[in-house]
Amino acid sequence: MRVASPVKTQIHLREHFPPPPHQTKFSSSLKPPQTASASATAKPFPPNGRRILPSTAGLMDIDPDDVFRDDEDDAENDPLQERQSSKELVVFLVDASPKMFNITCPGEDRENASHFHVAVSCVAQSIKIQIINRPYDEIAICFFNTREKKNLQDLNGVYVFNVAEREHLDSLTARFIKEFDRVEESFSKVIGSEYGIIPGSRDNSLYNALWVAQALLRKGSAKTAEKRILLLTNEDDPFGSIKGVTKLDMTRTTLQRAKDAQDLGITIELLPLSSPNEEFNVSLFYADLIGLDGDELAQFMPLAGERFEDMNKQLRKRMFKKRRVRRISFMIAGGLSIELNTYALIRPTVPAKVTWLDSVTNLPLKAERSLICADTGAIVKDPIKRFQTYKNEDITFTIDELSEIKRVSTGNLRLLGFKPLSCLKDYHNLKPPLFVCPSDEEVMGSTCIFIALHRSMIRLKRFAVAFYGSSSRPQLVGLIAQEEIIDSGGQIEPPGMHMIYLPYSDDIRPIEELHADNSGVPSATDDQIQKAAALVKRVDLKDFSVCQFSNPVLQSHYALVQAMALDEDEMPEIVDETLPDEEGMARPGIAKALEEFKICVYGENYDEEDEKAAHAKAGKKRKQFTEEAVNKGAYYDWGKLADDGKLKDLTVQELKYYLTANKLTVAGKKEALISRILTHMGK
Amino acid sequence: MARNKEGLVLLIDVSPSMHSVLPEIQKVCSLLIQKKLVYSKYDEVGVVVFGTEDTKNDLTKEVGGYEHITVLQPIKVVDGDLVDVVQQLPRGTIPGDFMDAIVVGMDLLIKKFQETIKGKKRICLITNAMYSIKDPYEGTKEDQVYTLAEQMAVHGMKIDCIIYRGNEKRDPHENNVIAENDMLLSIFSKKTKAKAVHVESSTSLLGALRTRNVTPVTTYRGDLEISSTFKIKVWVYKKTAEERFPTLKKYSDKAPSTDKFATHEIKLDYEYKSVQDPTKVVPPEQRIKGYRYGPQVIPISSAELEAVKFRPEKSVKLLGFTNASNIMRHYYMKDVNIFIADPGNKKATIAVSALARAMKEMNKVAILRCVWRQGQANVVIGVLTPKVSDKDNIADSFYFNVLPFAEDVREFQFPSFSSLPASLQPNAEQQEAADKLVMMLDLAPAGKEESLRPEFTPNPVLERFYHHLELKSKHPDAAVPPLDESLKRITEPDPEVTSKNKLVIDEFRRHFELKENPKLKKSTRRLLRDKTSGSYENQSTDLVASTSEVKIETFGDLIPVSDFEAMISRRDSPEWVSKAIFGMKNTILDLVENSFEGDNYPKALECLIALRRGCVIEQEPKQFNNFLSHIYRFCQETNLLSFCEFLASKDVTFVTKSEAEDSEIEEQDARSLFVKPGSNS
Repeated sequence: MRVASPVKTQIHLREHFPPPPHQTKFSSSLKPPQTASASATAKPFPPNGRRILPSTAGLMDIDPDDVFRDDEDDAENDPLQERQSSKELVVFLVDASPKMFNITCPGEDRENASHFHVAVSCVAQSIKIQIINRPYDEIAICFFNTREKKNLQDLNGVYVFNVAEREHLDSLTARFIKEFDRVEESFSKVIGSEYGIIPGSRDNSLYNALWVAQALLRKGSAKTAEKRILLLTNEDDPFGSIKGVTKLDMTRTTLQRAKDAQDLGITIELLPLSSPNEEFNVSLFYADLIGLDGDELAQFMPLAGERFEDMNKQLRKRMFKKRRVRRISFMIAGGLSIELNTYALIRPTVPAKVTWLDSVTNLPLKAERSLICADTGAIVKDPIKRFQTYKNEDITFTIDELSEIKRVSTGNLRLLGFKPLSCLKDYHNLKPPLFVCPSDEEVMGSTCIFIALHRSMIRLKRFAVAFYGSSSRPQLVGLIAQEEIIDSGGQIEPPGMHMIYLPYSDDIRPIEELHADNSGVPSATDDQIQKAAALVKRVDLKDFSVCQFSNPVLQSHYALVQAMALDEDEMPEIVDETLPDEEGMARPGIAKALEEFKICVYGENYDEEDEKAAHAKAGKKRKQFTEEAVNKGAYYDWGKLADDGKLKDLTVQELKYYLTANKLTVAGKKEALISRILTHMGK
Repeated sequence: MARNKEGLVLLIDVSPSMHSVLPEIQKVCSLLIQKKLVYSKYDEVGVVVFGTEDTKNDLTKEVGGYEHITVLQPIKVVDGDLVDVVQQLPRGTIPGDFMDAIVVGMDLLIKKFQETIKGKKRICLITNAMYSIKDPYEGTKEDQVYTLAEQMAVHGMKIDCIIYRGNEKRDPHENNVIAENDMLLSIFSKKTKAKAVHVESSTSLLGALRTRNVTPVTTYRGDLEISSTFKIKVWVYKKTAEERFPTLKKYSDKAPSTDKFATHEIKLDYEYKSVQDPTKVVPPEQRIKGYRYGPQVIPISSAELEAVKFRPEKSVKLLGFTNASNIMRHYYMKDVNIFIADPGNKKATIAVSALARAMKEMNKVAILRCVWRQGQANVVIGVLTPKVSDKDNIADSFYFNVLPFAEDVREFQFPSFSSLPASLQPNAEQQEAADKLVMMLDLAPAGKEESLRPEFTPNPVLERFYHHLELKSKHPDAAVPPLDESLKRITEPDPEVTSKNKLVIDEFRRHFELKENPKLKKSTRRLLRDKTSGSYENQSTDLVASTSEVKIETFGDLIPVSDFEAMISRRDSPEWVSKAIFGMKNTILDLVENSFEGDNYPKALECLIALRRGCVIEQEPKQFNNFLSHIYRFCQETNLLSFCEFLASKDVTFVTKSEAEDSEIEEQDARSLFVKPGSNS
């Protein structure tokens, strides 16, 4: 057998410790930090990371001590861990024409960011999320309207971005992501920007780009994969500079090219960037290209944002394909059932599951589970029964019986009635909600009914109570209507209803009553409340938005994985955005309010009292205990007991009398206590 | 374990006025004992009923009085017999005296446990408290209750009262009695640990008794850091936690049936094998964790993981306050925690109270960063909402809900409702109908109990499981029991509410129209198909089944034949045959009527033949024969004679006596219909 050195020794990763805590700014200066992503440090890329392996599909990821394990892994909780069957093939077509560089929007640091920068950084961010969430997807990034060309068809003005050892359209790799992060640095030198549609030339860079994209997407069958082209541009009239018959001809051929692609099952999505003084007019050309008509055209929203962050946010929203969890029917009343789609908009993201590897070969291991009968030691194959011990008997259930027990309703959502919103308490919650919105795909008229109910519920401040009879966990739910909220960054809250899972009576614990004190509990005086109010007013997170923080655990986990994948020696520093703003808290206004409230409740000597109380209590107890031990210990003839070997007949409690009286530690098992006593006696 | 064992006495009112809800009481009490058998089998329970004809208790022998109170079961460790006892409560004949019953219950507990299990002694009283209690020999009723309550406090007893009042009308005298009784029962909560809940429906009665006794454990005890210099001592508990379906063990039948000590358990064993050589088992020390990153799996040793692991300090820190409206309800991620001030710390209680009241007044919430335990690998960000107590003996507190991180949110774009085409928007009348529906289908009407309040709503699945468990313990082959009527009020609309609001519902229905999307391919029409085949046991109560066949149970125009065949062969209800035939007739008429120059005729013929075949199989000849005559007449009246000719040419005949006995058509007359027009024309 070949002896290989274990991986541990091959790793040159220095001892890394968590970065020094970094504080979030808060109060009026608090601004939502950008979704920080583990940015790779600029280090020369080593040739071929040797510890990197191709993954094998179908591995079982079983990690008995994985802390993030959750036993509620039903489909709804796990929408991100998509199977390979739903993989996506995506080609990003990024316009690199001079216009993309010329038009700018105000950026983060008051520096203007070009549309090109917006587009590229959005793509970069989205592929970073993609590699974690949907590792099977295959991606290609093409620039068009470029000076240089690089594509299999050798067409002018199209440059397919790629790295070594990767096909043009392929799964994402750490290296690809890292190189793409730096594409802008060398863009003008390596790729160059040049508008490809000019009078007097028959060249048509848009046509070429679509052709290249379509050729790339020839890979894979349309049945097993979804194919998309995402077109990012700020030119609403690509053939504007062309006149006459040539223009007509170019338009016609380009549209035909797009139609051919669509006929092959490829969807083309347009992500138009517009500037405040020049709105992207989709009807000039692109409506025909992507096949919008009538109502759809009216609904098509150009990206309106003025600021970089807004654009960024909106682009990101559209880059990911909306995936519904499932389609359900909502039985309202009198036989009316409408069709709803459910979406998991909020779900906890946890680090990816562990795949066990052989540390010698670094190859994935196959986990094999075997079921062993505890009585006979025989291997059991697929036991079909489960049992519960009850009244000293084993009551068995078949799987069918168990699923029948859980089937208390049809698999639908059934309206039971409405209640005022005030009936929904803060503690009526168990897990993240599902988002529902109507669909007319199968049952026409659903949307109309849904909108009518939605409006009534908002106006009357009521929520619906319904029973959701899913087969795994039938549950009573509340449906809260949410109005659409839009700001400069686009849609913040989509219109629809949120399905809140309600607890049952035995899920709610009466903790408040646990410490009820019949002699009455102290409550705050008006003065104290006023001081507290002053504090609350001072320490105000004005622009607080839910989910503005990145999860430091995930950030550091993926930073590590990324660094290891790229064979980097240095760990990127992760900022824990969740820490309070100590500096802000120390500001005089806040410090004063804090101090006033503190004094008003605790009096002048808050610190001393706190410590004194703790000490006094513990001290008193200890003293009392020692005294008792000395007294009780005096009853025993310790020497004789030790000599006769009778110490082991005493209880631990009794042994402790000796130990306490002689100021020895009392921790440990009985044997340890005895030997400690013997040692102390010198025996 | 036994350390936490509870001593419980159930005091159940079986007076005549309680008879209607005794079945529910039996259910909830047996559930309570069943759960104890599974989760805390050292608990001890006694059962006392009052309002019985007979009298059987120690006190009546010792001191006299205490009539019509029967100790059904002295306190004992829970067992199967106890379940039987509470499932067969006697029906009483006399208005019971609940105060006497409480004394009997206390007596049982004191005699059994004396000074032990302090704080774990509980009395659970289920009554409607409708009848006046006897006047004591000396002092007032109130004095008597005060004395009792003090005694309870001394002995460390708790009392839970569940007061059931149906919503029937009562005369003023009864109301006076009820008011007095409620006042008397409320005295307990002033002096001892007591809780009184009022319920109006049998469903909430099932939810009112806590059937699972979980000893609360703190998630965190320590400082709530307002700033680095100002900290409030708090305790954090779980406020909600889902009671799971019991984890059943896998059963092994390998042990011989003679082996009485067989555990029947199955152990799980994992072996990790190399992919190339499946015979080679890789020992644990030779394994290394790999994490997927794109197409790659990156091996990372535990030493490396440890070195860079994110390890926050145990702490609960305030980040700041914000407007309550900033935190929408749907961002709550998990089950809920409650923050209370350290119960021994008066100043902390005041500080929490002041903050809670200030926040409530200003409509603010606090944002916290929490690490509950030292060594915990993750951090949570959450929102603290004030809970101002309305009782003197309960302190103010906070609820805490976990909020999502940036990574947890998927931002999808959805169409604005306002930008949808007018055809999808409700008009004014439709909106009005919706308003009425939302108003009238009211689960929390003023002056009445809020129905389906989570606090009083039992888990129907668990109820059903324990019910089945008990049945199986007696008959191992017992079938899964149907869902109780009271539990159906949780999974289905209340027929009472529905029938009361029939007008509103009908109006709503009239204003909206639903139809199947004609563009859809049949194979994708999953949703509607589901409904057709939703042969669910309780369809009789299901409004859908009775009213919606026009919409849902019709078949599409694309492949009506197979739809028809599927429907007519359904055996879950005899109605389907006639529904299928009726639907098919309509389809055929539609096809013929909407035909343009006979383009639908072949299809109509196909349907007609299918209908004929179905009618022969189902022995419904008249249905077909009458229809054939009808369509013939119909065609003559509407100048669609070409269809009759078409039929004649294809030789579609009546169903004859030889094919189906009920037919009145003889073999020779089978073609009679088509002969006539032929000869006439």
